[in-house]
Amino acid sequence: MKSTAHRFKAQAREALHDDTLQQALGHAKSGFVDKRAAAVAELPDFERLRDRGQLIKDHALRNLDYYIAQFADNVEAQGGTVHWTSTPEEARETILGLCRDAGARQVIKAKTMAGEEIGINETLEREMETVESDLGEYIIQLAKEPPSHIIAPAVHKTRAEITRLFDEHHHHVDGGRLREAPELVAEARQVLREKFLDADVGISGANFLVAETGSVVLVTNEGNADLSTNLPPTHIVIAGVEKIVPGLRDASSMLRLLARSATGQDMTAYTTFLTGARRAEDLDGPENYHVVLIDNGRTRMLGNEFREMLRCIRCGACLNHCPVYSAIGGHAYGWVYPGPMGSVLTPMFIGLDGARDLPNACTLNGRCGSVCPVKIPLPDLLRRLRDYQFEQHLTTRTTRMGLRVWGWVSRHPRLYHLGTRLATAMLRFAGRGSASRLPLAGGWTAARDLPLPTGSTFQQQWKARGKERRP
Amino acid sequence: MRSRVLEAIRQALGRDAPASADDVVADYRESIPDTPPPRQTWDGGDAERLIERLEKASATAERIPSAAEIPTAVARYLAEMDAVNLRIGAHPDLQGLTWPSSWEVAEGPADAADAQVSVTRAFAAVAETGSLVMPSSPQRPTSLNFLPDIHVVVLREGEIVDYMEAVWPKLLAETGQLPRAVNFITGPSRTADVEQTLQLGAHGPRRLHVLLVT
Repeated sequence: MKSTAHRFKAQAREALHDDTLQQALGHAKSGFVDKRAAAVAELPDFERLRDRGQLIKDHALRNLDYYIAQFADNVEAQGGTVHWTSTPEEARETILGLCRDAGARQVIKAKTMAGEEIGINETLEREMETVESDLGEYIIQLAKEPPSHIIAPAVHKTRAEITRLFDEHHHHVDGGRLREAPELVAEARQVLREKFLDADVGISGANFLVAETGSVVLVTNEGNADLSTNLPPTHIVIAGVEKIVPGLRDASSMLRLLARSATGQDMTAYTTFLTGARRAEDLDGPENYHVVLIDNGRTRMLGNEFREMLRCIRCGACLNHCPVYSAIGGHAYGWVYPGPMGSVLTPMFIGLDGARDLPNACTLNGRCGSVCPVKIPLPDLLRRLRDYQFEQHLTTRTTRMGLRVWGWVSRHPRLYHLGTRLATAMLRFAGRGSASRLPLAGGWTAARDLPLPTGSTFQQQWKARGKERRP
Repeated sequence: MRSRVLEAIRQALGRDAPASADDVVADYRESIPDTPPPRQTWDGGDAERLIERLEKASATAERIPSAAEIPTAVARYLAEMDAVNLRIGAHPDLQGLTWPSSWEVAEGPADAADAQVSVTRAFAAVAETGSLVMPSSPQRPTSLNFLPDIHVVVLREGEIVDYMEAVWPKLLAETGQLPRAVNFITGPSRTADVEQTLQLGAHGPRRLHVLLVT
């Protein structure tokens, strides 16, 4: 997928003025947040479980070479083949080659973010019918759009839009009656059932890779991953190398975090451990089983100060709790991964220069970091990216100048206090309520009003309070 | 290529040679507590917890006194259906039962037809989450868990374990390795992809019913 992350500001503005999008985002807003909160409240000591998640992932990453080799050996011992790829091009070529070898005319896919990352659909679609089976992913495939959320790819679509897409693609009509959700789901089930049965190859991602057994863990609520990976004679898994966990016990711990953080469920409807190809005695399952491991910048992150980002289990909680994401949706971010995790990952994968607004599309409110199931310090990582931008001269001259002046003033407390007192006095003089325009801050006030100060500065109040408290 | 990717990983970790198994095991012991992770607890028995969680996940469950009661219970559950096309997993508990004569009954994996009912025998169930454990085997072909419209699962009360962690040693005890597919099933298929409203029966079974043999 070609990145439009460099157009973030314009895209965010368009998103804010898109009424249909705002309506769709309104449906989603509190749902995920409330459900997660309820699920977390049911589990004693969720905080300690988050600690456990962090420890497991940190340990696995620290020994990634060992565990990923162990995983691969175990897959191959069970009749599977492991393919190692460094770049998206290599990964695409490998997967295309496997599909060609399987004589594939039809491919069925279960949602994979790693697949989105390498842009596998465009490559396959040139030679074979490639159909997404996750309902949300299927909807956006019909709309020819990228996903806007990592676990709810069509969260930006309204029922009216979905009805129109189904009318156009299933019935070749325009302007049909608006249909209810159950009808739409039943229709997709019927259409996709044929696709599952006819497919020559099934492609899925992986939620976890278990080194100890060589298992691939897949979680879905629809059952689409299981149909995709069980019915066609060939199954191809696409997985980033960082998905590894040491053993089954660790996978069990991680699963306790994943569904609760993502959808607020104890467990998704289907949690599946796949280990190798169909066995001699089995009555169903794919004879050909391949795991395509992708690096695509992950080893670079492993070696730099963004390693913590590799703990990510793609639950989407940081998106759901981000006020910026909730206001503009996922497409404005311009690449595969949106929201806070995307604002760290996109610069890692496509370069900071092409995504310079993303680390700044953040209010540093810290909610993302506080809900992350593996305790990734997302606000710190975003701040670190801002530092890099400053160091690499990727910020504008006026910003740099402003920051330099600010830095100098804040190192001189007397001057700083004088400045804030003067500014407060001037703003108080300007009026009451809020200001929609301010000299020298046109960029800031263009999108919001500044509440005008009504009393003294924080520093003054702090001082006064200190005097009161003293006995 | 394997060696190139592994080399890149080692370089990133600042390591000259592959990590030794002993070192990795020692690091694991040092960094990850040996105690169970925080998990849910419940008052009352595991069977009650299992049923409560299954129902929370939109499944249904009933207790039956013996395996011989299975056909009667299934017939009662499917009472409103005119024609029943039943596919069963070839498990001894499910073989040799007498099904209603008007039903079409066969053993083996599911086929293309959507309007089927499957009856399979669970390997275990996890009380904490209300999950049925269905490892693939000739007695339990995976397609029976996903293709039919209605899925009926037979479980014996003694097979219920408290947590997922307890499933692994049970599974590995038989062959020392995991079967090709192990499905943890927690309720019927569902989606919330249309305006975040929950709909059952997205791609897998629309209904899931559990017969608990006590």
